[in-house]
Amino acid sequence: MSAPTIPAPTAPSPARPGRPAGAAPGRRRTSLGRRLAPYGYLAPVAVLMLVLMILPVAVVIRYSFFDNVIISPTSVLVGLRNYVQILTDPLFRTATRNTAVFTGVSVLAHLVLGLGFAMLLNSPLLGRRTKTVFRTIFVMPWLLTVAIIAILWRLLLDPNGVVNFGLQSVGLIDGPVAWFSELNLALPAVTVMNIWAGYPFFMVSLLAGLQGISADLYEAAAVDGASWWRRFFHVTLPSLRPIIISMALLDVIWTSQQFPLIWMTTGGGPLERTEMLSTYTYKLAFSEYQFAQASASAVIMLLVALVLAVFYVRHQRARD
Amino acid sequence: MTTSNPTVTHLPARRNTVRTNRTLQKVGVWVSLLLGAAFAGLPILWMVSSSFKDNSEIFAWPPKLITENFSFAAYTSVFTDPVKVRFFVNSYVIAITVTVLTLVVAILAAYAFSRFEFRGKALVNVVIVGIQAVPPITLLIPYFGLIVALRLYNTYQGLVLTYMVFTLPYAIVMMTGYFNTLPRELDEAARVDGTSSFGALWRILVPISMPGIVSVAVYTFMIAWNEYLFALTLTRTDNMRTVPIGIQLLMGQHSYEWSEMMAMSVLGSIPVLVLFVFFQKFFIGGMTAGAVKN
Repeated sequence: MSAPTIPAPTAPSPARPGRPAGAAPGRRRTSLGRRLAPYGYLAPVAVLMLVLMILPVAVVIRYSFFDNVIISPTSVLVGLRNYVQILTDPLFRTATRNTAVFTGVSVLAHLVLGLGFAMLLNSPLLGRRTKTVFRTIFVMPWLLTVAIIAILWRLLLDPNGVVNFGLQSVGLIDGPVAWFSELNLALPAVTVMNIWAGYPFFMVSLLAGLQGISADLYEAAAVDGASWWRRFFHVTLPSLRPIIISMALLDVIWTSQQFPLIWMTTGGGPLERTEMLSTYTYKLAFSEYQFAQASASAVIMLLVALVLAVFYVRHQRARD
Repeated sequence: MTTSNPTVTHLPARRNTVRTNRTLQKVGVWVSLLLGAAFAGLPILWMVSSSFKDNSEIFAWPPKLITENFSFAAYTSVFTDPVKVRFFVNSYVIAITVTVLTLVVAILAAYAFSRFEFRGKALVNVVIVGIQAVPPITLLIPYFGLIVALRLYNTYQGLVLTYMVFTLPYAIVMMTGYFNTLPRELDEAARVDGTSSFGALWRILVPISMPGIVSVAVYTFMIAWNEYLFALTLTRTDNMRTVPIGIQLLMGQHSYEWSEMMAMSVLGSIPVLVLFVFFQKFFIGGMTAGAVKN
């Protein structure tokens, strides 16, 4: 944090900044105005963030230490009881495990597919127009609303749907499969759907990163007789490392919070096989009206996200 | 591959190898491109194709990409149903309001970040980045109480207000980034001429920042148009539901109206797709600026 050298202004002063710094006497007013002006410009966002972020977070933390919040006018302080209940709930552990698998596999696949597509689109063997056309096609899943993606994949993966037809025609499966309701297939199915929905986010950023790598680096490597793989591992990957870390951290944060895709396809089922922390918390709050316990679960999710955010901010700082 | 054995081969032969290798590479790139396009595009193509089918043909075996009974019936039934039209009206009203309000607030804040030094700047910056990490579900529980207490449950205002918590952080980061690319001399020259700092923002910076503003607007619209969790929980009646929730309501009410759901999905995807096609350059530039380089 860069501490300003000027002491904070104490006198009340018009929010409107002073007159230009033309003459010497006007200087003081200008600098005072200049010091106060930014707070004026930040006032709307400060009010909104106070009402929409700081206050709600304080409220949810408070809820998590009470009993019967929201539904009952009298709620009692119960200390850590809600947290103990959540952390010892086997379903919470299942949800944590599912979220970890879902997030880990999704982020890895997003990275691999995103990098693959970005490198294709950066290939010197393709013309500009070809690149634009394919970039638009590749980015399309990311432009669809998650609710639409969920409905679309329910249609695609329906037992009588086109994916089952395709897999049966090539002999990969014997009969129709209900992907979203088979115990051992539901989690892979929602993961595949989420991979499809999210890889363009990596692709777009990695493509920008690839275009920023100096051609000299590749030429130098080519002169040294480096193979494609060596160039990939010694030039491409190291150059993209900062972007990859940023994207992966953001993707872990967001994927671990994914709600609509799960809610609209499996709803956490069958038999909690796709229960995620988000759906678990949502059900606690809005199906079972256990707002206090749901708040404890929501605070745990918040803590995890904030730890990841700290890594993200540190990484960003290190890059700048 | 090309350099595996350069010393023994004669020059003409080597040139041939290089050419075959290039052709092979080109074939490889094209095969991958087409496979990728199939992976990305076929589901979307199937969505469009299903929206023109009759509901009875949705699961025809074998499936057909183009049906003989091609019809706009699903679209007609969406457009003639006031409830479904209302979903779209709601989505447009909310997304456009959120976009306008976000732009105003974000431009003011970005101006402060870009052109002024002030106490706590670095901290506010970190908070804005950190906010992007807060899980929506964590906010939803207190919002539910807050929105009910403010009598904003099941209203446009409730959704507009809560959506801004997601749109503002990006918008501020992207807008600050854009302002930072513009030379300070531009607005400072105006200040010397006696313009107030707001005047310098409004008359000098805003007009030349249109590309940045457009990319922020497109991105904000997209976030608001796509939102699901808050719309699901903070509205109750059909006349307040947005498109993402409306599509879900078509599911399982009576039977699955697949063609209508797909028609609504196509219609629901069009605004963002159109914005993307028209503003592709701004869009990708803004997105990478916002997400990659905070």
